[in-house]
Amino acid sequence: MAEVWQGRVKGMRLEHKVALITGGTSGIGEATAVLFAKEGANITVTGRNEKRGHTVAEKITNDGGKAIFIRADVRKAEECRRAVDETLRVFARLDILFNNAGVFYPHTTLDCSEEEWDLQMDVNLKGTFLMSKAALPHMIEQRRGVIINNSSGWGIAGGDAAVAYCASKGGVVLLTKAMAIDHGRQGIRVNCICPGDVETPMLPEDARMRGLKWKDYLAGCANRPLGRIGTTDEIAKAALFLASDDSSFMTGAALVVDGGGLAD
Amino acid sequence: MSGKQLHGKTALVTGGAGGIGRAAALLFASEGAAVGVVDLNQQQGHEVAREISMAGGRAISEPADVTRPADCRRVVERIVHEFGGIHILFNNAGIIRRASVVEISEEDWDAVMAVNVKSVFLMSREVIPIMAGAEGGSIINTASGWGLAGGPRAAAYCASKGAVVLLTKAMAIDHGRQKIRVNCICPGDTDTAMLRSEARQLGEAEDRFLAESAGRPLGRVGKPEEIARAALYLASDAASFVTGAALVVDGGGLAGSG
Repeated sequence: MAEVWQGRVKGMRLEHKVALITGGTSGIGEATAVLFAKEGANITVTGRNEKRGHTVAEKITNDGGKAIFIRADVRKAEECRRAVDETLRVFARLDILFNNAGVFYPHTTLDCSEEEWDLQMDVNLKGTFLMSKAALPHMIEQRRGVIINNSSGWGIAGGDAAVAYCASKGGVVLLTKAMAIDHGRQGIRVNCICPGDVETPMLPEDARMRGLKWKDYLAGCANRPLGRIGTTDEIAKAALFLASDDSSFMTGAALVVDGGGLAD
Repeated sequence: MSGKQLHGKTALVTGGAGGIGRAAALLFASEGAAVGVVDLNQQQGHEVAREISMAGGRAISEPADVTRPADCRRVVERIVHEFGGIHILFNNAGIIRRASVVEISEEDWDAVMAVNVKSVFLMSREVIPIMAGAEGGSIINTASGWGLAGGPRAAAYCASKGAVVLLTKAMAIDHGRQKIRVNCICPGDTDTAMLRSEARQLGEAEDRFLAESAGRPLGRVGKPEEIARAALYLASDAASFVTGAALVVDGGGLAGSG
């Protein structure tokens, strides 16, 4: 009892941990970087937009945390390796990898170009593979590590005009399970989050590409049990749960955070 | 984030006298919730409430058979009277009968369905109006990994837990607009009295499942506290956009073969 009672009193849940967050320059990645830093983790933010990346790192540093930005394109193996190596050089370890970088183009099979197909598969799925490949040897050496992949509600159920995105995110869900099986014995937990529509820059961009008014688009998104879209912070809190010891018996799971959108 | 996660909340935990329910009652209380411990086992229920009080928390214990509507009504009234509301309902009471459809008696089938599924309906029916009249709430149901995939000689249990998963989703749809979130947890084998009872029912050594669990990715069974922490996440505002979900907490058992 005393153990349970006192076990949770202290403040920070990721103290002494180092987390690498891809696509950390905006949206869910940024919110997660800020939250993990508040919970005591040292943060590496990666992304392609240098200006925004440095802004996120500075914001964390100004709030008393520790963070660096490394420009990296997750489609390129050597850039993934460099991001991991640089993290180890600066922070000496790597405990949490959040594979969050993602891109989305709303097209059916008929109007999705091969380039857009490749781009979504490469960033969303292959990027998760390449970053995990770079990070896993160090986690295995530590006998401890957590990988969190950002999938999507559309990695579980199909969506309209989103073929490559759905394929890539479905791939992420099963890559998560396969990695959980391979590396559980080495002390690594691998889970994914399946967010529903969330207030990120990706959402108005989708509305624009679909030629829909933001107001109408938003009303469509809100048509779910909780009657609203999610905030980036709500997804970050799910990532925190999966990153922390609170989920110590979870691996290979897909955590749906979607305001009930997939319930029906 | 360092404050207590359930400060100012009241939680009702069924099956709260042992195993996962007890761990959740203790954890919720340590996170600031007032806890109503509901269980068929009066003595052990009192023990859990006493443990919480001794540690400086707030709890009462109320014996009940959650398959009886009158019992459900009574415990809800008592807890509301005592603590002024209910914000979290953890429908956790459950039993298992390890038998195939050929082996199981109709009485055992009915008992499994009554405790595992109907109790969720009966308790939720009492609590939802209270939550809806306040600022909403969180309902958490204990389903099972065997509510998503089948298992051998557990036909009634699998049927009941599959029902809990879909009852969860249906309630999430009906009551989301009332700011009531409804989710379930699907635990894998967890080190509880029920797990040892299963081994006995199958005529096996009590530690059989501990050995078998080595076959899953994390190579061990879960601890009740680990399931309780998943329940805490779903109960807390950290899960404010989570409803209708089935949270699998099973050491990777359902991830696939291998």
